[in-house]
Amino acid sequence: MIAHSVFFYIFSLIAIVSAVMVTVSKNTVHSVFFLILDFISISCLFIMIGAEFLGMIMLIVYVGAVAVLFLFVVMMLNVAEQKGQWFSSRWDGGTHIPVGLLVSLIIFFELIIVIGGWKYKPDLLNSLSINISTEVTNTRSIGNVLYTDYILLFQISGMILLVAMIGAIVLTYRERAGVKRQSYVKQISRERDEGVDLIEAERNKGVKIDA
Amino acid sequence: MLSIGLGHYLTLAAIIFTIGVVGIFLNRKNVIVILMSIELILLAVNINLVAFSIFINDLSGQIFTLFILTVAAAEAAIGLAIIVVYFRNSETIRVEEIKNLKG
Repeated sequence: MIAHSVFFYIFSLIAIVSAVMVTVSKNTVHSVFFLILDFISISCLFIMIGAEFLGMIMLIVYVGAVAVLFLFVVMMLNVAEQKGQWFSSRWDGGTHIPVGLLVSLIIFFELIIVIGGWKYKPDLLNSLSINISTEVTNTRSIGNVLYTDYILLFQISGMILLVAMIGAIVLTYRERAGVKRQSYVKQISRERDEGVDLIEAERNKGVKIDA
Repeated sequence: MLSIGLGHYLTLAAIIFTIGVVGIFLNRKNVIVILMSIELILLAVNINLVAFSIFINDLSGQIFTLFILTVAAAEAAIGLAIIVVYFRNSETIRVEEIKNLKG
């Protein structure tokens, strides 16, 4: 129990500090690395609390795919080093800073109030529908539900990923001038007469080939 | 203090959510950092769902977390594609210079 709480505090401290560093870092590459650290510590928390499948999926999807995607874009666009203060602005003289802090504080206290209210009505916790079984592993129980009760949502999420993939390709596609490309229509519709010429070669004279 | 309950996880999620909101509000330099702040907010929501799922003993929260993960990945891909296209057209992605919509 003590080890559980000690590790909880360690991981959540790392998560909070790295989340702050994501927004504060001047170098965007450092921000991406702190984002990776944040995801790793949160997935450690997930594994610790008993949702080990989600923790591993989090590592694969976020650290393996999303963070690397961010890193690619940051390095490709060459915007890593930011000049000057990250929060300063030339346009509104910095009035967004107190407004942003105020709104964020209000949101934070609202969330805390919600958490506090939850403590006074603990019978809300008794709404059981799909029980977590302790006999099979977490992955297996998720699979049992995901491929039966939630199969339509599962397929729709696959469609969302497909649409996102097509959208990203369509958005970033551009025609470049001077790039030689294969034209399948031209290749397939070629006839023998266009490609082959039968030439009667004269003796000792050779054949003159003109393009 | 020593026994970790639902409140601890919810507080952690609230703190990370607020840090994400602060990042969106205060950032004036880089759109990519704003996208990362959105990822932080989605992460906080995921923490909430998983914590409730474990403490209520109901598997649905973890399923929803899986779907949120999917949508977050799709959103990151589309957002980064939009940023790449914008950078190609206007050679900057600084927030204070993106004023075409007069925001």
